[in-house]
Amino acid sequence: MKGGSIEGKRRSIGAFCQNPLAIIGLLIVLALALIAIFAPLIAPYDPQAIDTFHILEAPSLLHPCGTDSLGRDCLSRLIYGARISLLVGFVAVGIATVVGTFLGALAGFYGGFVDGLIMRFVDIMLCFPAIFLIMAVIAFLEPSIWNIMIVIGLTGWMGVARLVRAEFLSLRKRDFVLAAKISGASDFDILFSEILPNAIAPILVSATLGIGGAILTESALSFLGIGVQPPTPSWGNMLTEGKNNLEIAWWLSVFPGLAILITVLGYNLLGEGLRDFLDPRKD
Amino acid sequence: MDFFLWLLKRLLALVPTFFGITLISFFVMHLAPGEPMSIQADFNPKMTPEMRQRLRAQYGLDKPLYVQYGRWLNGLIHLDLGRSFSPDRRKVWDKIRERLPVTILINVLSMILILVVAIPLGVRAAVRQNSLFDQVTTVLVFIAYAAPAFWVALLLMLLFGIKLDLLPISGLHSLMGYDSMTTFQRVLDWSKHLVLPVFVSAIGGLAGFSRYTRSSMLEVLRQDYITTARAKGLSERKVIYRHALRNALLPLITILGLSVPGLIGGSVIFESIFAIPGVGQLMWSSVMARDYPVLMGNLVIVSVLTLLGNLLADIGYAAVDPRVRTGIQEGD
Repeated sequence: MKGGSIEGKRRSIGAFCQNPLAIIGLLIVLALALIAIFAPLIAPYDPQAIDTFHILEAPSLLHPCGTDSLGRDCLSRLIYGARISLLVGFVAVGIATVVGTFLGALAGFYGGFVDGLIMRFVDIMLCFPAIFLIMAVIAFLEPSIWNIMIVIGLTGWMGVARLVRAEFLSLRKRDFVLAAKISGASDFDILFSEILPNAIAPILVSATLGIGGAILTESALSFLGIGVQPPTPSWGNMLTEGKNNLEIAWWLSVFPGLAILITVLGYNLLGEGLRDFLDPRKD
Repeated sequence: MDFFLWLLKRLLALVPTFFGITLISFFVMHLAPGEPMSIQADFNPKMTPEMRQRLRAQYGLDKPLYVQYGRWLNGLIHLDLGRSFSPDRRKVWDKIRERLPVTILINVLSMILILVVAIPLGVRAAVRQNSLFDQVTTVLVFIAYAAPAFWVALLLMLLFGIKLDLLPISGLHSLMGYDSMTTFQRVLDWSKHLVLPVFVSAIGGLAGFSRYTRSSMLEVLRQDYITTARAKGLSERKVIYRHALRNALLPLITILGLSVPGLIGGSVIFESIFAIPGVGQLMWSSVMARDYPVLMGNLVIVSVLTLLGNLLADIGYAAVDPRVRTGIQEGD
């Protein structure tokens, strides 16, 4: 997807459309958004409806993805699971982006002591496996979808902070910043109204790529039982059921994972496509 | 001399980072609601408020937080991680020590697998940029990035463990007949049990490393000295493996150091799926039991390993970068 074809690429919608993988990513992302929004209309069954006469049924025309150990329709649960995954992905990345942008902007703009302090904090946060901290916090709080989003967000802002800092470092000496300073703009205005708009492109790319990561983390936590709690359907906690019935019901392990794979793939392809499109320097 | 000064500086810089990690972990953990007492108490109907208070005092939980942290830190300086809150009251270090080798073994094996497979893949993809091989690996890399590792583990268990019945899917060795095996059979038994965990924990690294190798190689292959090497009439093989690869590997050393926390973090999930008695599993059970000392001990060990990984990467970088090497010679 990278390589020869991007030589002489221009910033135009046309250039973006010439990248087939990015288009696939965009289509996946749009399709998932529609599925999540219209879940009640699309889902063939109530995702919570227990049907003891049809327990652990293999995929069939009636139940295209089979049923689980309570006889619930897996396809319907997958469709509703899209809501959870996208919600967690967007909110967690939103938190990470806001925190990371704010700290990165301060570090890059002020430099010196502020920069040293914030960057040391970033180093510390990068130094231990995020999942350990997430587990420790989540296990002590009630595991709920809101806590998960907050914790994933608060352990995922370091990349954005580094990126924004680098952008601000290179932008803060530009003429337009100087002009704003001379005309008496406050630091806050300069940071967020003058410089930030120039750094939006890389932030957008990193946020898009971050959504995939957040969805993966949520699914791992839910799989371990400290994420989204049943009976709320999430792809991760559906896989727990798959693991428990691995020997008798393969469909419970295959489809939810496939859903995660496709979703994350979609956001990653879109993010990479946006990167190539917005930042022609990088190859 | 310069090298040792540099090393000393790097070591000193690790100290505040390390204490920052312990500080954040300690306070995050203790500020979160709930404590070990409430779990034990919930299961014991005879627990009176007085007994609860006595237990709290016994564990030191009645003291202000900064006093607790001070005590813990004081223990740490004397290389004492304290005792577990669990009924066995064993030393934290003993609990960790008996589980550490398994986790390290699996992580080292998967690291080796990553390097042995990903580097040749990345080199080949870069040398034949835009070839079918390059495109296929690119697609595979994207898929490997997007697939949740625990799901891949489930699929492999389903395929190799259940459908084909080729590999065992849980534990470190067979439970039945293990005692009567010869040493060779035991090694074989262990190896069979390790295949899936090692492979699964390597997937993310495989994707990442082949990608990094590819882009690093592409970067190097554009340099003038590669053109020079080719112009000298060196064989393509020599140009790629002696001139290009050695330079392309430089940035990879740093990434290798940075990947340590991810690998160890993954252990929590893989050890839970494959029922492997390692540090990840200990971490998991101590989270569930709110066993603060064991949890903190684990975090200390993991962050030390991570910091060491980063340091080794820096040293490795310094050792292979001729600019640093000549710097040392001048210093002598």
